[in-house]
Amino acid sequence: MNLFEDLFSNPAITKALPEAIGETLLMVGISGVFTVLIGLPLGIFLYTSAPGGLRPLPVTNRIVSDIVVNITRSIPFAILMISLIPLARIITGTSIGALAATVSLTIGTVPFFARLVETALRDISSGKIDAALVMGSTRMQIVRKVLVPEALPGLVAALTTTMVTLVGYSAMAGLTGGGGLGQLAYNYGYQRFNTTVMIVTIVLIVILVQAIQWIGDAVARRVDHRSAATAGSKKSRRHEPATVVGV
Amino acid sequence: MLAAADQDPVPNQPRIHVITVSDLRKVYRQGNREIVALDGVSLEVPKGSIHGIVGHSGAGKSTLVRCLTLLDSPTSGSVSINGAELSAARDADLRSARRRIGMIFQHANLMDSRTTAQNVAHPLEIVNTSKDAISTKVNELLKLVGLEGFENAYPSQLSGGQRQRVGIARALASDPDVLLCDEPTSALDPKTTEEILVLIKDLTKRLQLTVLIITHEMHVVKRVCDSVSLLAAGRIVEHGPLREVAASLGSELSRTLLPLPSAEPLGTGVVLEILFSGDTASEPVLTAAARRFNLDLNVLAGSVETLAGTQFGHLRIQLPAGTDAGPVVEYLHSQGVSVRTAGKDAA
Repeated sequence: MNLFEDLFSNPAITKALPEAIGETLLMVGISGVFTVLIGLPLGIFLYTSAPGGLRPLPVTNRIVSDIVVNITRSIPFAILMISLIPLARIITGTSIGALAATVSLTIGTVPFFARLVETALRDISSGKIDAALVMGSTRMQIVRKVLVPEALPGLVAALTTTMVTLVGYSAMAGLTGGGGLGQLAYNYGYQRFNTTVMIVTIVLIVILVQAIQWIGDAVARRVDHRSAATAGSKKSRRHEPATVVGV
Repeated sequence: MLAAADQDPVPNQPRIHVITVSDLRKVYRQGNREIVALDGVSLEVPKGSIHGIVGHSGAGKSTLVRCLTLLDSPTSGSVSINGAELSAARDADLRSARRRIGMIFQHANLMDSRTTAQNVAHPLEIVNTSKDAISTKVNELLKLVGLEGFENAYPSQLSGGQRQRVGIARALASDPDVLLCDEPTSALDPKTTEEILVLIKDLTKRLQLTVLIITHEMHVVKRVCDSVSLLAAGRIVEHGPLREVAASLGSELSRTLLPLPSAEPLGTGVVLEILFSGDTASEPVLTAAARRFNLDLNVLAGSVETLAGTQFGHLRIQLPAGTDAGPVVEYLHSQGVSVRTAGKDAA
């Protein structure tokens, strides 16, 4: 039972692991918050400024949609991450560590989340928006009282998917000195051939992803009043594309 | 209550038109082609009355609804509600003008994330009504539409008819002058349709509303409308009080209000189409004519209905072969019955 003893004696697990978990949670948490703060308004803008939307701005919409969202999404995250190191240094004052990694993580996931937000908003029937317009709602009131609440189950599902993606990206960020579980697995599991560390980090990442998914699904079910209570779990998974997790 | 019951001080004075639509045009561009959806629609609806707009799909009904609420801006022409011009209004003016219109939709269009009470409160929230005032008003409205006890139900827990009731309560929340109904019963079963129509009619009386119902169901017009317009290819081709349009033999609206099943004539006798109403003919003219001319009349098809409180009869009858139709037609005319020989008008 070499592996089992190793679990309690290996300093990589007893000392470095708790720290790595903390760093991963920090990275995912901070970038998650910023992704929502930037991505939600951006997604709403993409939806409302589209031709035929609440406030059509065809040119601006095209520019934001094509250049920002599509181009940033088409750059592989590993490359985006490296290219953003100078920016991270300007914002956080350092180019290594969990805090620096949140800059590239946020920029990497904002376009992804914004697209999911836009998709979730498109699911709202136009009749609801018409009804709100005829009531005399302002555009802002439509965003706050119709778009966001009506799309909430879809938005929660979008956030769940984004958080899972963030876990994957945060592991990648470990390779460029971001810290966290990814770096632990790379330094000990890959470079030192320490299988125990590798297995433990994999298990922890799987548990973390599962936990995010469970919480996300539970919240989505709670906020979904669209049909009888049983339909909640099925619907909340609608916006979930296949996501790759890992280093 | 929700609106003061205005009494007309001078009964003979011309009635105020709450809804005035004049020469409304809407042209869509589709590539290089221009599609004329509305081709000069004019319409006036007097206070307190229910006006129906009927038409086949593609006639421009949906476009008209969207132009009336300025969800689509008309190419030209004007829409005014109680003298306030909607088509010229922008932003804040348009929003306050829209609050004078309550609108109900085919599929109710309730917010799924809001309970019944919250849905009804929605129009009040957006004008920053106090919580107390909202709660009083919502309870009053839910009572009015018969939904007490459903305050906390979500739309998904309600039946189609209940959802439409919530829609009606929501439409009335801002004390509108006008209730605009876009296919209000087209998604409902016959029994629920009847209940919703009774409710609309009742509310119109109690709240002195002016109602415009856009529908493809003639049944709705028969049941609640005071006047009706027929929309075809973006134009109003026939219009008038229900009683008048029904009494006009041979018109499209009369034919759809009082439909006759097709039936093959028997033999060679002249076929007459006759139309009488309780206003013009209360006597049993048909049997009187039969006796007077000693005829055996054959009724091929008939439709008898009470429209706007008046009984109408629309019959297709056949005279025995060889009978001269002239005197019979003349006699029926003298009795206030509209007659035409099958296909064309008889004098």
